[in-house]
Parts: sequence; structure tokens; C-alpha cells
Amino acid sequence: MSQADSAIDWQPVQFRPRLAARRVLGGLFGLACRLAALAAGLVLGCLLWHVWRQGGHLLSLRFLTSFESTLDPLASGVKSPLWGTVWLIGLTTILAVPVGIAAAVYLEEFAPRSRLMQLLHLNIANLAGVPSVVYGLLGLTVFVRWCALGRSVLAGAAALALLILPVAIITTREALAAVPQSIRQAAYSVGATRWQTVRDHVLPAALPAIMTGMILALSRAVGEAAPLIVVGAVAYSRTVPTSPLDGFSALPIKIFNWSELASPEFVQLTGAAILVLLGVLLGTSALAVGIRAWYQRRRLW
Amino acid sequence: MVTVSRPVAATQTLNLASLVSARPETIIDQNSSPVIRTEDLTIRYGSFAAVRNVTLDILPKQVTAIIGPSGCGKSTFLRAINRMNDFVDGVNVSGRLMFLGQDVYAPGTDPVALRRRIGMVFQKPNPFPKSIFKNVAWGPQVNGYSGNLAELVEESLRKAGLWDEVKDKLDHSALTLSGGQQQRLCIARAIAMQPEVLLMDEPCSSLDPIATARVEDLIDELKSQYTVVLVTHNMQQAARVSDRTAFMLMGQLVEVDLTSRLFTTPHDPRTQDYITGRFG
Repeated sequence: MSQADSAIDWQPVQFRPRLAARRVLGGLFGLACRLAALAAGLVLGCLLWHVWRQGGHLLSLRFLTSFESTLDPLASGVKSPLWGTVWLIGLTTILAVPVGIAAAVYLEEFAPRSRLMQLLHLNIANLAGVPSVVYGLLGLTVFVRWCALGRSVLAGAAALALLILPVAIITTREALAAVPQSIRQAAYSVGATRWQTVRDHVLPAALPAIMTGMILALSRAVGEAAPLIVVGAVAYSRTVPTSPLDGFSALPIKIFNWSELASPEFVQLTGAAILVLLGVLLGTSALAVGIRAWYQRRRLW
Repeated sequence: MVTVSRPVAATQTLNLASLVSARPETIIDQNSSPVIRTEDLTIRYGSFAAVRNVTLDILPKQVTAIIGPSGCGKSTFLRAINRMNDFVDGVNVSGRLMFLGQDVYAPGTDPVALRRRIGMVFQKPNPFPKSIFKNVAWGPQVNGYSGNLAELVEESLRKAGLWDEVKDKLDHSALTLSGGQQQRLCIARAIAMQPEVLLMDEPCSSLDPIATARVEDLIDELKSQYTVVLVTHNMQQAARVSDRTAFMLMGQLVEVDLTSRLFTTPHDPRTQDYITGRFG
């Protein structure tokens, strides 16, 4: 092909690289991002430091293992709300995880792509944005009254499960959708059914992402106070739940309760309780990271 | 442009013809009853007809190549045979597609059972992210294979020419294999199901020339036991390995003939244009 035939005029003047300007622009963008990240970290750091100064000195094993004392507030502990929160995490997991995964598997792998399904998807996404107190009211009506569970830890966990179900379904669907289509095709091509394909290939491949999403959703639920107040968690308790039908307290509620009291002892107690709740959240997040790492080591791709 | 492409086309025709004639003479029974027969097969995605009124017989124990430019409907046609198109939204199939006298699209036909008998190898190697053993064993397992699984895996890997390379690391991830090895593993996975037909959708398009040569040799061996349908955009490959070649263009079947005839004396001018490299 000769020069004359060429449609493009190969003269360098057509390019204006402006390399210096592009580099400066890139540098500025990087700086802006760094500042944003710094701001987020700074706020969290200030918060932590503030709370630690208030209640850090109260943290001890005794604080975790003793009940609240009305006679000597500074001798109080968070045994009851801590155990309430642990019960909530366990029961919410049992209720929300299987239902969430099953619903997502149906929607992503089995459901026909119809207008009705699109409407359903849209609604689930909208449900994720419903204020948590509304789930509390729903829980009060459905679980506490209709199902006659009373103001029990099971009713509270059921309300929290409803709260995180939309997020659990959405994250699980995303995890399933991220599994390459070629794996499904390979499975179908050797005469596998949909269920066999999902069970042996799609779910195992998506599991780390599903787990992470679930635990993040759970840790969000752990910090909720509003739905639990509506369902009827108690702020003052000298018992721990021994069955799902027992009454309960929870850390966010205790924090809310103490923070409303004026005397300086309660400011200290509030700070200490916040630190305990943060510890629980950190624990669940660490669990998520651990599970993810473990699965990624086992995963063969 | 025209002045440049003429000599290239001439070389290519010569090349294809020599490829065809270089192959050992095979006796092809053109009268044996077809394994797959399509009658007026039309496949639409929504309102777009990807395959139009294709009537084609696939004969047993032969390699039938389907060639044609990108978007001519050859892959869609191939995926219709084992109903892989079922998973695509808005696909509509009309006409008839018979597999050993059974209507593939009849309401009573179970696609899961059908795919056990019609295996498939895909364009990109797609092993399961599991061990080499599990890749081959899984299909038989989920289909209730009652024989000795380890023997079946070994035999399948031997047939796919992969056994010697992987026999000491059957528990390794299939994804540690090279692309060519992965594709032969996918072939082993398909033949472990003891299918009657093997559909291959451009099986070498992501492989290097050496891996391609190995897979082509394999296809040549496989046809003693299986009916192979090979979709390829590579005319040299069709000339090298196929017994019969079908040429498709814009969803239509232009011409089907013995490979040796189609590449030397095509009847349709469009085939002539395509194999001489005038388009596509």
C-alpha cells in the first residue's frame, strides 16, 4: 500500500499531547482522592479517640460479665445487652442467610425473565431503602402480636432478618451473576440439570462473595436500635436470654438509654458500651475477611 | 486494494486445494442415514433471523465443518442441535431438527437427556474451576454413571491425548493447565459422556498453532467413533480436518459438499468468492 492510497494524513501535527497538563491533572485528581480518604479516616479516628477517652478506662472483663447496678453505676456491666446482641446475631443469621440465598438463587438462576420478575427485582431494591424503624413496626405487628412470640429475642431477630433480607438478596444475586456464564454452559453441555449446575458449580464459586455480603449485612443489623426498641427490647435487664422466646436487651439500646442520662458516670458507661459494640462489629467483619481468605485459598481459580 | 488482493486469493485457493488433496483418501458413504437432519430450520432472536431455512444432513462418523464469515449463524445453528440456545432469551426455533429420528424441539424431548448424547466443546476452553479429575468425572457422576469412574476418567483423558501430561496431577486445578491442555480437557470431559455427536464451536480459535495442530489431530481420531460437527472461521482448518463442509452466509446455507469438492470446484459463486478470500 503506497503513501498516496492512505486515508490518514500521517503528520505529527495532528496530535497535541499536552503531556505536562495531563500529568498535573492526574496529580490533582490523586490528591483530591487522598484528601477524601484522609477525611473519612480522620472522622473515624476522632470519634474513636473521643469515645475511648470517655469510657476506655471502664473496659475490663468485669464490664463484660456483670449486670447493671442501680446502686453504683460505675460498677455496671453490659452482660445482659452483650448476650442479647450475640443471640440476635445468631438467630438473625439462621433466619436471614438461608432465605436470602435461596431467594437470590431462584431470582438469578431459575426465574423466567418476565415483566413480573422485573417488578419484583425493583421492589426488592426499594425495600433495601426502607427505614429500619418500619421493619420494627412490621415486626411488632407480625411477630410480636400475630405470631404471639411476645417481646422475645426471636421476634427481634426476625425483624432484623427482614431488615437485612433485601440487602442479602441483592448482594447474593450480584455474587451469582459474577460467576462466568461459560461455567454454566460447560455444566449444561454434559447433561446436568439447572439444580446440579447451581449446587456444584455456581454456588461454590459465588460463596466467598455471598459470605462477605451476608456478614456485612449482619453487622449493619447489629448496630440497629430503632427496630429493636419498637419490637420491645428492654433497656434495663438483669438476665440473659436462655431461649429464643426470652425477653432481651441489646447493646445499641443500652447505649441509647445510657446516653440519655445526665450524670457523668453514664457518659463514661456510654463510651465503654460503644467500644464493646465496635468490638463486636470488628469481630464479625474479621470473621468475614477470614472466611473470604480461607475460601480464596481453597478456590481453584 | 483490488490489485493487491488478487494474488493473495490465488495463493489461498491453491493452498486450500493442496490441503485437501494432501489428505489420505477416505471412503465416504454419502448414502448412510444422517445422525442429524434439519428441515427448513429457522432460528430467530426476537425479530432477527440468525439462521434461515437451513436444510442439512449431518452424516455419521464424519467431520462436518460449517464455515462462513462472522455472524453468518453457524454458531447459532450448532447450539440449536443440543439446545444450548434455550438459555438465550427470546430465541424462537421453527422448522424441524431431528436427532436419530427424534424431534429435538418436540415438547416431549428432554434437553438434559439430549445433551448427554450430544456433547459440546466451546470456543474458549471452559474447564470447571475444580480438579482435573473432577472436570471429567462430574458429568458422568451427575448422570448416575455406575461403572468405574477412575477408569472412565483415564480412558477419556487418553482419548483426548492428555493422559500422559496430567496422570500425576489429577488432583491439581484444571486452571493450572495451558490453554491447549485445557481445551483437550474439555474434549475429554465431553467424550466421558460417551456422546453420539460432538459439537465443536471454533475449538481452536483461542489456541496457538501447536495446540491447534494437536486438537486437529485429535478431531481426526475422534471421527472413528463420533460424529463431529465443527464450526470454524478458519478455512484451512476445515480443509485439513473435515470430510464434508457446509458454507453459510447471512443465516442461509449456501452450499454443502464433500470438502474436497467444495474447496476445489464450488458450485455457488458466493462460495467461490468466500474461499478465494474476496470477503469475510
